[in-house]
Amino acid sequence: MKEFYFIAIVVIVFIVIFQIAKASEYVSVLKGEEKSRKQNNKINAFLMIAFLVFGLFGAWYCNELYYGKTLFPQGSASVEGEKIDLMLYITIAVTGSVFIITQVLLFWFVFKYQEKDGQKAFYFPHNNKLELLWTTVPAIFLTVLVVFGLKYWFKMTAAAPADAVVVEITGHQFAWDMRYPGTDGKLGKKNYKLYNQPSGNTLGVDFEDPESWDDLHTTEMHLPVGKPVKLVINAMDVIHDVGLSHFRMKMDAVPGIPTTMWFTPKYTTEEMKKRTGNPNFVYEISCDQMCGKGHFSMRGVIVVESEADYKNWLAQQKPEYLTFYPEKDPTNKKTETIDSSMVSTPIAQTVSMK
Amino acid sequence: MSTATLHETTHHDTHGDAHHDHHHQETFITKYVFSQDHKTIAKQFLVTGIIWAIIGGLFSVIFRLQLANPEATYPWLEDMLGHWAQGGKLQPEFYYALVTMHGTILVFFVLTAGLSGTFANFLIPLQIGARDMASPMLNMLSYWFFFLASVIMMSSLFVQTGPASGGWTIYPPLSALGDASSGSKIGMDLWLVSMAMFIVSSLLGGLNYISTILNMRTKGMSMTRMPLTIWALFFTAVLGVLSFPVLLSGAILLLFDRNLGTSFYLSDIVVAGKILPNEGGSAILFQHLFWFLGHPEVYIILLPAMGMSSEILSVNSRKPIFGYMAMVGSLFAITILAFLVWAHHMFVTGLNPFLGSVFVLLTLLIAVPSAIKVFNWLTTLWKGNIRFTPAMMFAIGFVSLFISGGLTGIFLGNSALDIHLHDTYFVIAHFHIVMGVASFFGMFAGVYHWYPKMFGRYLNNTLAYIHFWVTIVGAYLIFWPMHYEGLAGMPRRYYDFSNWESFKMFGGLNQFISIVALIVFAVQILFVINFFYSIWKGRKVKDLNPWNANTLEWTTPLRPGHGNWPGDIPEVHRWPYDYSKDGKDFIAQDVPVGADESKH
Repeated sequence: MKEFYFIAIVVIVFIVIFQIAKASEYVSVLKGEEKSRKQNNKINAFLMIAFLVFGLFGAWYCNELYYGKTLFPQGSASVEGEKIDLMLYITIAVTGSVFIITQVLLFWFVFKYQEKDGQKAFYFPHNNKLELLWTTVPAIFLTVLVVFGLKYWFKMTAAAPADAVVVEITGHQFAWDMRYPGTDGKLGKKNYKLYNQPSGNTLGVDFEDPESWDDLHTTEMHLPVGKPVKLVINAMDVIHDVGLSHFRMKMDAVPGIPTTMWFTPKYTTEEMKKRTGNPNFVYEISCDQMCGKGHFSMRGVIVVESEADYKNWLAQQKPEYLTFYPEKDPTNKKTETIDSSMVSTPIAQTVSMK
Repeated sequence: MSTATLHETTHHDTHGDAHHDHHHQETFITKYVFSQDHKTIAKQFLVTGIIWAIIGGLFSVIFRLQLANPEATYPWLEDMLGHWAQGGKLQPEFYYALVTMHGTILVFFVLTAGLSGTFANFLIPLQIGARDMASPMLNMLSYWFFFLASVIMMSSLFVQTGPASGGWTIYPPLSALGDASSGSKIGMDLWLVSMAMFIVSSLLGGLNYISTILNMRTKGMSMTRMPLTIWALFFTAVLGVLSFPVLLSGAILLLFDRNLGTSFYLSDIVVAGKILPNEGGSAILFQHLFWFLGHPEVYIILLPAMGMSSEILSVNSRKPIFGYMAMVGSLFAITILAFLVWAHHMFVTGLNPFLGSVFVLLTLLIAVPSAIKVFNWLTTLWKGNIRFTPAMMFAIGFVSLFISGGLTGIFLGNSALDIHLHDTYFVIAHFHIVMGVASFFGMFAGVYHWYPKMFGRYLNNTLAYIHFWVTIVGAYLIFWPMHYEGLAGMPRRYYDFSNWESFKMFGGLNQFISIVALIVFAVQILFVINFFYSIWKGRKVKDLNPWNANTLEWTTPLRPGHGNWPGDIPEVHRWPYDYSKDGKDFIAQDVPVGADESKH
């Protein structure tokens, strides 16, 4: 019933506007073409300049409302991301100035040069000097932006430092799985063909490889503050993307094509809670490539903590190998009989996924 | 019948033969349905484009409803959409289907076919002085392939598993695997077949436009005397002819991967618990093939709007367009560069950083000709004598939106910044302002300006001004704040942000945007009512040249018939921009140059 009234009101509003418009047309025909045109010009020229004023005010007001909600006032949470913030400010300075100058000129010109009695337009078909001016000046500004931008691009896409903590993150519909290399510092081999071998092996880890025996499989990522971390990024099914807004980092996760990115976290999660004044602050991983109906729910959490807390957390995790082969677990006090059905049988050649 | 028509309409009248009416009967079918007259075909494209625009716009209103109130349920939504909105809430799968179809419909069916198809068909023969296109038969087929593509795309909305839902960019493996998404089942095959038909339509049209412009200009109409509209449509056609085939190839390979067991894009996949046998393919290959069309595509959408706005700004300022040769040169530069920047959509795919840097350079280079155009438009307005016809309003709005949207492209083209901004609302804000709204404004400017020529009547002025002001204010209110959401890292193509600590603070803004979007959509309906009502009941045009313009389309009779000029086609003696020259308000192109006239 409510919907019916809503539709009826909308229809009535449309009819009213339409009738007013028809009436205006009759009026302007009666007034004569020239007079109507002049009136229209005056009204619209005025509205143009009003639009400029309100528009610039609106841009300022929008900034007041929302700049604080972006991540930039707090600064980048990664060392390398600071360059992105710097690039942003340089770009805003350049494009912002151009924006204001050109929009003001546009709306000022249309207001100032509105049709007037006795005014004649100025026949000005071309001027090569001007063309040269506004070819070279934009080119110079853009060169500056390109030089800075590429300098930082190459820095960020360069190889991670040798002492970086390595964490593997795998995206699949619709969650993130992490793998840590364990005490040997190396990630064991992985092969998608080993999926569910043994049952529950969702990453296809090759447990024949001794390097996988101490690897940790977690759904939350912990990182030590102040140390570079290299993420090795995989995808199981479709393209996903590891989006780390606070760290200004992003990289696609592509099935069959491992990718990497690295950064150095600057602030622990606790420090960020204080910096942002938000006690619920958490570093979130967002999936940034359309991956299906659960794309919006593909959320991961990163906890950045002190070196000591990070080591503690690592020590508390049990290697995945031991969940599949509990008899190998030295802390497991159960009997020593080995159940042969638990042994994995790879169905294809093992290929290193590192 | 058709061969006779072909011969008569393509005959280039250089001597005194009067064009005689056809001796054969034109049935309703041949005159209005399978018409080979470029003006009728243009109207067919326009009306089909308008219908699609309403559908595509409606989709955006529905999915913005979900973004406005993620927790709310609407019983009437379930009444309308059935199992797509179970429990009164739009299901995520169908939210994504709506988002996908919104993009597909607006980019291809409205802003490519509806914009180029309409104005290239309508204006090219009229403005260059030709009786019709080089091949009226292929032209007719171009529309009917578009119609076929429309029917197939429309049918995909009604299949049980739903239409394509992997975004309009349909990246595999998501779009290749029915197991990964129900929108990647039959709906995806229908999408691909529809697009194949659409590409055929575009190619037929493009070939016609290029041939006509190069070969059928009237006497005296050298290339440098062509209106900028025609230059823009010419380069648009070149862009389309060279880039659409690549999308077709990408789509065909995807159809193969989907249905014939090939592995062009697939390798190393475990989906829905199943290990797939495909090996050796690259998902990134698709992105290269897609964006090789995808980037020129946005210029295919933009260039006609630029060309028409140049024309309309000039006519209504009573001044020549400033820097005609620089405008042609920048259109040419944009066309070339358009083919060289596609991988700026792929900066975070893990591509070789050096390759990325090349694309940064080329992308920021394309900003230079764009800047030249903006400054030339501003100089055109400077010291003009401006009339604020509805067309002029939209042309001015086009310049404003192009400035805004173009500048944010500079953020995204710089790969380091793109790392943070990729796939966020910043991108949505950028392309909607610069491509969506700006091109729509170019399209509206064209409709308001040439409506008298198309239908012999005027659109209602009051409705036109309301349409302009609500749309421009609304569009800025919708898309400007999205830049901030993007700067916060808020991802695009998200159904619900309520569970995200990082993004949920924008709930109020999302609601505001959705409300404005509804109002802007409503005012477009007002335009559509104006459009159709005025065809039959609009104020009749009495003046042959209502805008006092120089170009040749205004030298035909009020309602030009088949063949456009009943007698000889006018001969051209000057460029189209002699406004306010030597004390005369305007000098049409077919007026001979006086002995004492100054050169421009």
